[in-house]
Amino acid sequence: MTAPAIELKGISKAFGPVQANKDISIRVMPGTIHGIIGENGAGKSTLMSILYGFYKADKGEIFIGGTKTDIPDSQSAIAAGIGMVFQHFKLVENFTVLENIILGAEDSGLLRPSLSRARRELKALADEYELNVDPDAIVEDIGVGMQQRVEILKALYRQADILILDEPTGVLTPAEADHLFRILENLRREGKTIILITHKLREIMDITDTVSVMRRGEMTATVKTVDTSPQELAELMVGRKVLLRVEKTPASPGDVILDVQDLNVTDAKGVHRVKGISFNVRAGEILGIAGVAGNGQSELLEVLGGYEKASGQITVNGTPIDLTGQKSDGQSRRRRGIAHVPEDRQAEGLIMDYAAWENTAFGYHHDAKYRNGLFMNNAAILQDTTEKMERFDVRPPDPKLAAKNFSGGNQQKIVLAREIERNPDLLLIGQPTRGVDIGAIEFIHQQIVALRDQGKAILLVSVELEEILALSDRIAVMFDGHIMGERDPAQTDEKELGLLMAGMTGNPSQVSVKDIEENLAHAGTGKV
Amino acid sequence: MDLLTLLQLLDSTLRLATPLLLACLAGLFSERAGIFDIGLEGKMLAAAFLSAAIAAVTGSVWLGLLAGIFASLLLSAIHGLASITFRGNQLISGVAINFLAAGLTVVIAQSWFAEGGRTPQLAGAARFNPITLPGAEALRDVPVLGPIYYELISGHTIIVYLALLIVPITAWVLFSTRFGLRLRAVGENPAAVDTAGISVVGLRFAAVAICGVLCGIAGAYLATALQAGFTKDMSAGRGYIALAALIFAKWRPVYCLWACLLFGFLQAIALRSDLIERVLQFNIQSQLLDALPYILTVVILAGFVGKAIPPRAGGEPYVKER
Amino acid sequence: MDVMPKWAEVILVPLISLLLAAVLSALVILAIGENPWDALKLMVDGALGSTYGWGYTLYYATNFIFTGLAVAIAFHARMFNIGGEGQAVLGGLGVALVCLYIPFPHWSLALITASVGAALFGAAWAFIPAILQAKRGSHIVITTIMFNFIAAALLNYLLVGALKPAGSMEPATGKFPETTHLPSFQDMFSFGEATLFRGAPANISFFVAIAACIALWALIWRTRLGYEIRAYGHSESAAKYAGISPTKIIVVSLLISGGLAGMMAINNVQGEAERLVLNAVEGAGFIGIAVALMGRSHPLGVFLAAILFGFLYQGGAELALWTSIPRELIVVIQALVILFTGALDNMVRMPLERFFLSRRKPPKPDAKSTPAVGTN
Repeated sequence: MTAPAIELKGISKAFGPVQANKDISIRVMPGTIHGIIGENGAGKSTLMSILYGFYKADKGEIFIGGTKTDIPDSQSAIAAGIGMVFQHFKLVENFTVLENIILGAEDSGLLRPSLSRARRELKALADEYELNVDPDAIVEDIGVGMQQRVEILKALYRQADILILDEPTGVLTPAEADHLFRILENLRREGKTIILITHKLREIMDITDTVSVMRRGEMTATVKTVDTSPQELAELMVGRKVLLRVEKTPASPGDVILDVQDLNVTDAKGVHRVKGISFNVRAGEILGIAGVAGNGQSELLEVLGGYEKASGQITVNGTPIDLTGQKSDGQSRRRRGIAHVPEDRQAEGLIMDYAAWENTAFGYHHDAKYRNGLFMNNAAILQDTTEKMERFDVRPPDPKLAAKNFSGGNQQKIVLAREIERNPDLLLIGQPTRGVDIGAIEFIHQQIVALRDQGKAILLVSVELEEILALSDRIAVMFDGHIMGERDPAQTDEKELGLLMAGMTGNPSQVSVKDIEENLAHAGTGKV
Repeated sequence: MDLLTLLQLLDSTLRLATPLLLACLAGLFSERAGIFDIGLEGKMLAAAFLSAAIAAVTGSVWLGLLAGIFASLLLSAIHGLASITFRGNQLISGVAINFLAAGLTVVIAQSWFAEGGRTPQLAGAARFNPITLPGAEALRDVPVLGPIYYELISGHTIIVYLALLIVPITAWVLFSTRFGLRLRAVGENPAAVDTAGISVVGLRFAAVAICGVLCGIAGAYLATALQAGFTKDMSAGRGYIALAALIFAKWRPVYCLWACLLFGFLQAIALRSDLIERVLQFNIQSQLLDALPYILTVVILAGFVGKAIPPRAGGEPYVKER
Repeated sequence: MDVMPKWAEVILVPLISLLLAAVLSALVILAIGENPWDALKLMVDGALGSTYGWGYTLYYATNFIFTGLAVAIAFHARMFNIGGEGQAVLGGLGVALVCLYIPFPHWSLALITASVGAALFGAAWAFIPAILQAKRGSHIVITTIMFNFIAAALLNYLLVGALKPAGSMEPATGKFPETTHLPSFQDMFSFGEATLFRGAPANISFFVAIAACIALWALIWRTRLGYEIRAYGHSESAAKYAGISPTKIIVVSLLISGGLAGMMAINNVQGEAERLVLNAVEGAGFIGIAVALMGRSHPLGVFLAAILFGFLYQGGAELALWTSIPRELIVVIQALVILFTGALDNMVRMPLERFFLSRRKPPKPDAKSTPAVGTN
């Protein structure tokens, strides 16, 4: 019997008071694809970081190919034949592809010989595994799909036999994800062992041979993929029955609340991000904006939220809003009845070092009920926060706890409570469930639908197609700063939307991945 | 202005630019590796003191130079400890180092030499003396080229030539060697270096050490070549001006040379109020001329830098994250 | 996660840092051949052993409160104002102009007007670096340092020129008129026979400094502006999202900072020297950095740290007088305090955190709050 490619025995790891991994054991056979699935914060990434020598386990043993191996640092992991593709790529953005590949694996003190050897090997690898990249391109100029391939090539260039991929499809279009999976299958055929970390059930079902489920730092089950179902995996992940769908009735749209005409945005670096888009959102409907990250959705939200300049015309309730002058700031927007749940709650929506009560007033600190002349009315804010935390079931319900000490889902609830309870006419909401556990996702989705049913206009931006499909009453797809088209969620599917996300229309079956790639590279998307 | 005056001005420019250039390249190594260093000033000052002190005691400027480098390296080690090992605030660490140097040099100088916080005057082998390049005397009378060679190019101390030589060496190290690739990478994205199995801490300490060596040479030059001994606060803001030059040069070695020559030129002009008067027909108080390099530094920082992009990981301590 | 109790964070960490700085300073004293214990006794005796000593200690402390608050408010906006020195120089100019050219019937009016003048001049000197940082991205640290040099040159220029009384050889202004002289502690606290604080420079501006502490505390933690300044200091991207203008925060916080640094001049220029001399600031602007770091940018902390540095300064002067230890020792101590409380903070903090973590009880198994780890 062959030895497992990787075997972990009794791995435990704590960060301060938090137990991230508890007595985890796992075996992965060579030449297989093993999935690890779990919610945010389940401890998947910590486990893999231990395997890659990024962290040292408090307890436990690692066997590679049957031999007990110590992995105190990444160097040892690489030497043991392990390669890792992190969720956030570890590339030097202003280096070329080639420079990134040889970094840390140079042959000698001078760069020239290493670079020419890498160039030759890259060609061979590209032919073998469909891993095409332009060796001389600067990394920040290429799309995320190609950046990801550079990461895979980095691992293969270092002779990796075991490849770990952490949430690899988060930034890819569906077609690119399919391409990635073909690459992984090629690698499996060549005898490589692959560990795929994801929170997407579909990916697990599509490509893995075996799957392990993690919950709250523990490994709850390891099963053969063919013997399980998405429902079973979801229950194992969450520990209870979950709704995989959002319950909602058809929308009954009213007047136009938000009207956007010929909007153009050029960012601080001079890049034309939004290219003349027009759309509207009515009262009582959710307009979902789909698209791969970096295609102008963020800039759209920033303009509407008042912290990016733009040209064109935007009216709210029939009155134009200022896009460049004195009144194009967040305070004025809020006064016009626009509330905004930003895409990145940790960098934008919250001050992580502020207590929950201070965050409750954030952006609304000039409101009459929160102020007291030049001073803040701290007692009123505290009172208000206590009530909001109660209504939104924020845990722990402690208004004096700093935002950073809440879990992702509870942080998002604090933001949502603040923005929704302003009773806005228009709610902008970006990536509402990014980094949020499943229980909170249900709650947040229900809140959004309830707000719609109260007759609010909602603009939803999400890179999660499932979320867009589940929540939206209309879907607009953005690509390279354009709106590629609008679709009725009842009459479309992920395939069609996926093509639009790559800037293409037409019959899905007649378009090749290569075309998509070229289109994406041409548009230079994904430069987030 | 006649040719000779111009050459004297440029000659003085070169001499004054040398410590700036060395400090600027020192800062380049450190900042390219992601460690901001406003402690260049303090390191130069410490090096100036110890080099002058050792040169005075031993009579050997070379031992003085080594001692100066040692002093500067010691402060580099503190900066490395604070900003790399303990992930402290790099600006605050730099400020602390500047004060440490400003205070310690005088305290030690006073207790050692009891000359009011100075070192004894240096002379002879205890100083770096000008080198006359071959043929300088002979070619002196050739029109135009002769004076240029004799006045401007020849007749500097070895450190001046060394500093000029370090410019291409820096460029080569940075862009053609494995060390340079890793150094630049660690200043842009230390996580990339870390996951590639290279020690971020090791690389950054190496960069900080190189910075220390170069600052040490710069400081030794101040006290044993430009001047003949250490005086209190003799670095006079040069470390900060070198930083401004580094920003102006967009963290590129050859641009550093031009930026430092520019600032050296400004300092040279400030020393020659007679020239300004003659050219501009205008009487300027010497106090205002003293402020000239500082004013122009601000003007340059405000006006011309524009879109200089510093190393992206600069100033941020590296913390492993999942 | 907050692993340390608040008292450890607020008291223990700065105290240990201070102790480390003190030990190293003692080693320096030892190295130059003096006895640190004797030196300490001399310092305590000279700075705290008499109302005269206290009068000097509190005089210096007044300077440091102003400059410390100046650095602290900028820290809250995550700006590092190293220009306190130059701003205090300009504050002195403001005080001198007010006192020399406006006739005052009473010192109280002179104090108010001079305070305004000092604050305006200090703020103006901070304004240019602030606006350059906000609009052009010119690094505030470098520009404020340059402005220190420029301020020194400017003052030098004025004191050998326009502001020097005719016939005087000294680079200084003339004596301020009698009605602008501030009541000293000696004037205020001597009753009948007992003359306290005899000849010491501490004066009424000490109480202005205390008022400034209270005002700044209210500004930072109670006003909407303070809320915005702290928010910007924590996260620029979040501040933008909330509609807080970075330009406004940078400029306003640095104007307050420069104004506070400038106000130091009512103590050293109006209160003590009663004329403007060269180098009147004597590095107090820089000591503000150490004071703010040690006081954790909290006005109460700044007040206490300023008293400590007042003691060190006066004690250092006594040392220079009676031993061979030069006054620059205080610069060394100041550097060590900055180093340990500012840059090497983690060196003290990390072992302490481990200590408190090891004493913490393991979390109860029924604690249901999902910890925010592994959020990829």
